[in-house]
Amino acid sequence: MTSFEPEIVAFCCRHCAYSAADLAGGGRISYSPSVKIVELPCTGRANALEILHAMEKGADGVVVAGCLPGTCHYIKGNTQAKHRVTHLRELLKTIGLEEHRTRMVNISAAMGAQFVVEITNFVETIKELGPSPLSGETSNTRTEGQS
Amino acid sequence: MIVAEQKPLNEIKSMLKGCKKVLAVGCGTCVTVCFAGGRQEVGVLSASLRMSTDLDGDVVNVDEAIVQRQCEAEYNAPLEAGLDEYDAILSLGCGVGVQSLAQQFPEKRVLPALNTKFMGYPAEHGVWEERCQGCGNCVLHLTGGICPVSRCAKSLFNGPCGGSQAGICEVDATTECAWHLICENQLKLGLFDEMMEVQPAKDWSSARDGGHRRIIREDVRIPDEEKA
Repeated sequence: MTSFEPEIVAFCCRHCAYSAADLAGGGRISYSPSVKIVELPCTGRANALEILHAMEKGADGVVVAGCLPGTCHYIKGNTQAKHRVTHLRELLKTIGLEEHRTRMVNISAAMGAQFVVEITNFVETIKELGPSPLSGETSNTRTEGQS
Repeated sequence: MIVAEQKPLNEIKSMLKGCKKVLAVGCGTCVTVCFAGGRQEVGVLSASLRMSTDLDGDVVNVDEAIVQRQCEAEYNAPLEAGLDEYDAILSLGCGVGVQSLAQQFPEKRVLPALNTKFMGYPAEHGVWEERCQGCGNCVLHLTGGICPVSRCAKSLFNGPCGGSQAGICEVDATTECAWHLICENQLKLGLFDEMMEVQPAKDWSSARDGGHRRIIREDVRIPDEEKA
C-alpha cells in the first residue's frame, strides 16, 4: 500500500469537462481530492507553457479535459489541444519526465460519471509512476521574466 | 521574414555547461512570427531547461526576457541593468540578434538557442519555405516573381535542368521545380517570349560569394560631426 496522493492539475473546458465535474459533484460521485481543477474557456487555451509551469511547480500529473471530438464550442479547440498535448509528451521525454504525466481526455457536459472514471484512471497512472521528481524542494527558483 | 528553429534541448544544455544562472532573451519580430523565439517559446524553453537541469542535478536558473527587435541596440539597452547576475545570455533571436547582443554586451557570453535557416514564406501554419537568399541582384522581374536563386536547387538562370520531372525537382520529391513554375507563370502572363532571351552568367559577387556585405546609405547616414 502506498500513501502517495498525487497532485493533479486538470485544465477543464467550461463547456464540457468543467460542467461534468460539477455534475459529478452534484451527484455526489467522489474522486481524488488532490485534483485541482482550472477552468478554461476552451481547451484550445491550454498551451505547453501552462502545462509545463504546473509540472515545474510540482504537479505530479496534468490532465487536459475537453469536449468530445466534433463538439467543440469553438469548432476545433479540443483537437488543437490534443495535438498540442501529443507534442508536449515528446518534450516531457526530452526533459527527462515520463510522457504519461500528461494526458488529454474528451468528455461531454453530461458525462459526470465518465469524468470521474477518466480522472480516477489518470490518478492511478500517476500513482504507478510515483511522485514527480520535481515535486520536492529544489534549489531551482523561478523569477519573473523581465520585459 | 527570417525563419529559425530551436536547437535540440540537449545541445542547448551542453552549451550551458558551467553556467548557474542565464538570461533567455527572445525577440518580438521574425522569430516570434515563426514560433521559434517569441514570448511563448522563451517560456517553454526556459521552463524545459530549468526542469531538465534540475532532474540532472546540475541546476541552471533561467530567467526570461523579450525585446521587440534584438537586432537593434536601442531595444536591447534595457537588458544591461540586470546583466551582472547572469553567467550568460541565451539568445532566442536570429543570428543577427545573437551577434547584436554579443557586440553590445562584450563582457557577457552570448549563446544561440536557435538555428537561423533562411528568409522564408509561411506556406501553411507550421510550414515555412525558403524564398530569398539575398543574392544582392534581384531577377524576379525576369522570372515571373519566382526566385530561381533560392527555389532552384542549382540556381539556374535559363530554364530547368534535365532532372525536372512532371514539375517536381529531382533533389527532393516534395519540392516543385522552380523553372517549371516560372515557365507556367510566364505562359499564363503571356510573357513566355521574354524567356527566350538567354541570361548571361550571374555575377555572384553581389551575393555571399563576394565576401562580407555592407550597405552604406549616405542619404540617411548621420554625418560624423552630428553624432553625439
